[in-house]
Amino acid sequence: MTEKIITKTEVEYVAKLAKLELSEEQKELFSKQLNDILSFFAKLKELDTEQIEPAFHSHITHSTNHFHEDIPKPSLAQEVVLNLTEHKQDGYFQVPKIL
Amino acid sequence: MVDDIVIGLEIHIQLLTKTKIFCHCSTDYIDKKPNSHTCPVCLGLPGSLPVLNEKAVELALKTAIALNCLINSTNIFHRKNYFYPDLPKAYQISQYNQPLAIKGYLEITNGKSSNKRAIRINRVHMEEDAGKLVHVERNGKIISSLVDYNRAGIPLLEIVTEPDIHSAEEAVVFLKELRSIVQYLEVCDGNLEQGSMRCDANISIRESVSQQLGTKTEVKNMNSFRAIKKALDYEISRQRKLIEDGEKVSQETRRWDEQSGKTVVMRSKEEAHDYRYFPEPDLLPLIIEKNWLEEIKNNFPELPAERKERFIRDYGLSDYDAQRLVEIKSLGDYFEQAAQDYKNYKKLTNWILGELLRYLGEENIDITSSPISVDKLTELLQLIDQKIISGKIAKSVFEQMYRTGQSAADLVKKSGLTQISDKEEIDGIIEMIIRDNMQTVQEYCSGKEKAIHFLVGQVMRYTKGRAQPDLVLHLLQERISKL
Amino acid sequence: MPTNMENKEQKGINMQLNKLTAIDYLEMVKNRKISVEQVILSLFHQIDKVDKILKAYLKVNRDKALLEAKKIDKKLKNNEEISPLAGLPIAIKDIICTEGMETTCGSKILRGFIPPYDATVIKKIKEAGGIIIGKTNMDEFAMGSSNENSAFQVTLNPWDITRVPGGSSGGSAAAVAADEALVALGTDTGGSVRLPASFCGIIGIKPTYGRISRYGVISYASSLDQVGILSKRVKDAALLMKIISGYDALDSTSADIAVPDFLASCQDGIEDLKIGVPQEFFQSGLDIEVKERVLEAIDKISKLGSQIERTSLPNIEYALPAYYLIAMAEASSNLARYDGVQYGLRIEDNGTLEDMYTKTRSTGLGAEVIRRIMLGTYALSSGYYDDYYLKAQKVRTVIKQDFDHIFQKFDLLLCPTSPIPAFKVGERISDPLTMYLTDAYTLPVNLAGLPALSMNCGFTKKDNLPIGLQIIGRYFEEDKILRVAYNLERQLAEINRTKPNLSFSDSLKDGSS
Ligand SMILES: [Mg+2]
Ligand SMILES: [Zn+2]
Repeated sequence: MTEKIITKTEVEYVAKLAKLELSEEQKELFSKQLNDILSFFAKLKELDTEQIEPAFHSHITHSTNHFHEDIPKPSLAQEVVLNLTEHKQDGYFQVPKIL
Repeated sequence: MVDDIVIGLEIHIQLLTKTKIFCHCSTDYIDKKPNSHTCPVCLGLPGSLPVLNEKAVELALKTAIALNCLINSTNIFHRKNYFYPDLPKAYQISQYNQPLAIKGYLEITNGKSSNKRAIRINRVHMEEDAGKLVHVERNGKIISSLVDYNRAGIPLLEIVTEPDIHSAEEAVVFLKELRSIVQYLEVCDGNLEQGSMRCDANISIRESVSQQLGTKTEVKNMNSFRAIKKALDYEISRQRKLIEDGEKVSQETRRWDEQSGKTVVMRSKEEAHDYRYFPEPDLLPLIIEKNWLEEIKNNFPELPAERKERFIRDYGLSDYDAQRLVEIKSLGDYFEQAAQDYKNYKKLTNWILGELLRYLGEENIDITSSPISVDKLTELLQLIDQKIISGKIAKSVFEQMYRTGQSAADLVKKSGLTQISDKEEIDGIIEMIIRDNMQTVQEYCSGKEKAIHFLVGQVMRYTKGRAQPDLVLHLLQERISKL
Repeated sequence: MPTNMENKEQKGINMQLNKLTAIDYLEMVKNRKISVEQVILSLFHQIDKVDKILKAYLKVNRDKALLEAKKIDKKLKNNEEISPLAGLPIAIKDIICTEGMETTCGSKILRGFIPPYDATVIKKIKEAGGIIIGKTNMDEFAMGSSNENSAFQVTLNPWDITRVPGGSSGGSAAAVAADEALVALGTDTGGSVRLPASFCGIIGIKPTYGRISRYGVISYASSLDQVGILSKRVKDAALLMKIISGYDALDSTSADIAVPDFLASCQDGIEDLKIGVPQEFFQSGLDIEVKERVLEAIDKISKLGSQIERTSLPNIEYALPAYYLIAMAEASSNLARYDGVQYGLRIEDNGTLEDMYTKTRSTGLGAEVIRRIMLGTYALSSGYYDDYYLKAQKVRTVIKQDFDHIFQKFDLLLCPTSPIPAFKVGERISDPLTMYLTDAYTLPVNLAGLPALSMNCGFTKKDNLPIGLQIIGRYFEEDKILRVAYNLERQLAEINRTKPNLSFSDSLKDGSS
């Protein structure tokens, strides 16, 4: 391993973005593993892609507009929806208070 | 201090589709049971996928055309990633670097002059709305929050202006014009109070000395034109004061607090999000074909600016009156419907813009739910023209019509408010008035023409306005000349 | 035969019916030779016997499946019109939403999640009269190549229970290989159907991206995911392909392209086909025995009349990093919804929203999932997007162009499915990068969105482990793939007869007697 691609601070930042809580040991381990993997990914730099378009949707070879018609269909019943969770109140999903 | 106020607006409008933007759930969610208008897609359940609503695109295109935009032939939807309980998938499907439309403008006429000015539109893009949060309080403290996803997935159009607006007043003029356009296009009902039209503002002050653009703040949570005016005025003076005091304006998002009449900090720039936008792989690029645009253009409705010109031309209205009538589409519709039966357009306009709007405004009632229908108003005006009631009495009849919903004819009949056009009856009253006001009569005779109006007034007062004023004047002059 | 069967029917279980192919099942059910219930009971018996060790299933749909079977048997008895699948029992990877039946995706974070809707493929199977026999184990959120990343259990390889079945559809593959299911559905994002098919010695097909609806299939990487079929025989896969393929209004990426009669296309010969063998798949890192068996299979295909030629995919070495970056980036977004708000696990320690988010996610998601979310988040984050995500998408274009280029010349490509046969449990799990390399031969296909199939073409002499041949086709030309596979399958009688030795179950006291 030459130099670090991703620092521990960046690991912490990324964890925060992804709403993940990492223990100190996890931070150490992930820092190492992420660096290993990223330095392997760095292989991509070898390939000159200056003139290449990104392939965001090019794997879809059958591209035409795909719409839905503006005609309502029945929604799920409220009780079916709320059956998804125990955390509910008066027909609403309940979450910890938002500051 | 000389400075420039620089305001840019970000407006979200809910598009008037029947179904949500990516699923078949009904958009008719206001006042419905929470979470009763949801499905796997708009709840973001595992495995669900979005499918774009064609009608939403059509309405978006109509708006973009009306705002004179360049329309991108290839549209890409992106994911805007952030966590919030009202956002079921933890990303909002929105548009980013390939939005629906760019580089438009909207002409506005600022009240002070009749000069037209173009406010440039930076971009117009489609996205989905989030759910709604409700906060549960106990003993004045928020203890938990509740989420209703009925609104999640309602189609939104975001319209972003360039920072071309230079006062709170101008911002309101722009927004009223925009609202009027989207109402005419029937793409949005433009209800700021209910949130179907929402506006955030970016405000900064450019000091004329340095010509440098100041740090901007973003103001949110303004739910009426009045609030927008007040919030922007407040924010402008707050920033001015900071600059005068040699302090720095900090880049932050502020919330308009209606109760205190102040803007308060919501979040500072340091906490800004890293949204990790990337192209939505679950949706194909949206291709806008030329003939689709042509079809929309061919069926384009009349817009407020065109209607205003027509009102001036066809009804002989003043620029000001026409502007006020067309601003709200339903008001213009009311006028045009009434104008079919009632041809004194100036008088009709005065009554609509005067009495009717005053009463409706007091109770914040929309013209479409006016207790006084078009027919009832024209009937009232006809009673005045036929001299059955005086203009003054008409005003009190109007009030009763408004309160009771009864017709003018019925009210006049019941309360004996018809004008006294009996010459003898009026003659008798005139005789009495002359007797009691001899001094005024003499003043009139000695050339003080205006004095006669005082006498007319006395007769009208005595008859509680029921005498026909023209007749009173005529009889008074006749009587005095015989003295 | 019939008398023998009746005897066993009295016992309630026929010891052999679980070994049927789907095609034979249909034939026998339609001719009233067997009942659907007999087959289901026979499968339950096998599950009871071997699944304590193999752990292929997360849930067996016992009561409902039996009920369904009885319903269909009744219809058969009354000579009512029989649906195309006539009660065919199908095992479903637990990534596919089944209404009213817990769907966990192999993750603790989705424990207790009961979808209020059926995936489109499930709808199609039910409408065709198929029966969901159970939900199979998988790597958590399909992230893995060994099934060791399941939050619940490690499925073992029926050929050698010290080895992994491959992943991520390892449960489905093991179930089919061990005759615990006649056929199964899996999903394939970078090889997750083909790799376990290869490790377990069965057929695994991943159709063209867009061929089968993804609606109701829990997303790992949306632009790469595709439902696939695991079966004992080529024709079984062809049969099921016909049923579950086709345009779906609920999936914007689904293709509005006619679905051919895949069964019929199996019948034709293969003399007209030009087939390429990309040399890059036969270089260093390839197990010598894998290489031998695959080359033997290619030779057999050549003898059947196809024109075989060496070819090249010059940039294929860049596929793996591009694939993982794209998959991880999409996953970081797709898996953000598991935040404890609406369904699944919620851990609410001290009351703040932020805490609920982080505790729920950190507890509910496994190490590999967290690793991929972290990398994907990083690859999309401001300042790194261009270098990682955008770069990977450009490389994806290059890979697709390479395929487009050689597919101008060839109808199909042949190569190994995996550079190695099934490896030992625990052998690769501690080194993520080594694990990623397992998918090197399968994932380029997903990057391009092409269809491919893996079939058993022999065994290693050393450990008697199955070896997979991969057949890659042009967009929407699964029919040609199936045709070659079926023609080859007929040449591999001995290989097809070979079954895993499940004698480990004999030493167990199972609860089926
Ligand atoms: Mg927005
Ligand atoms: Zn919905």
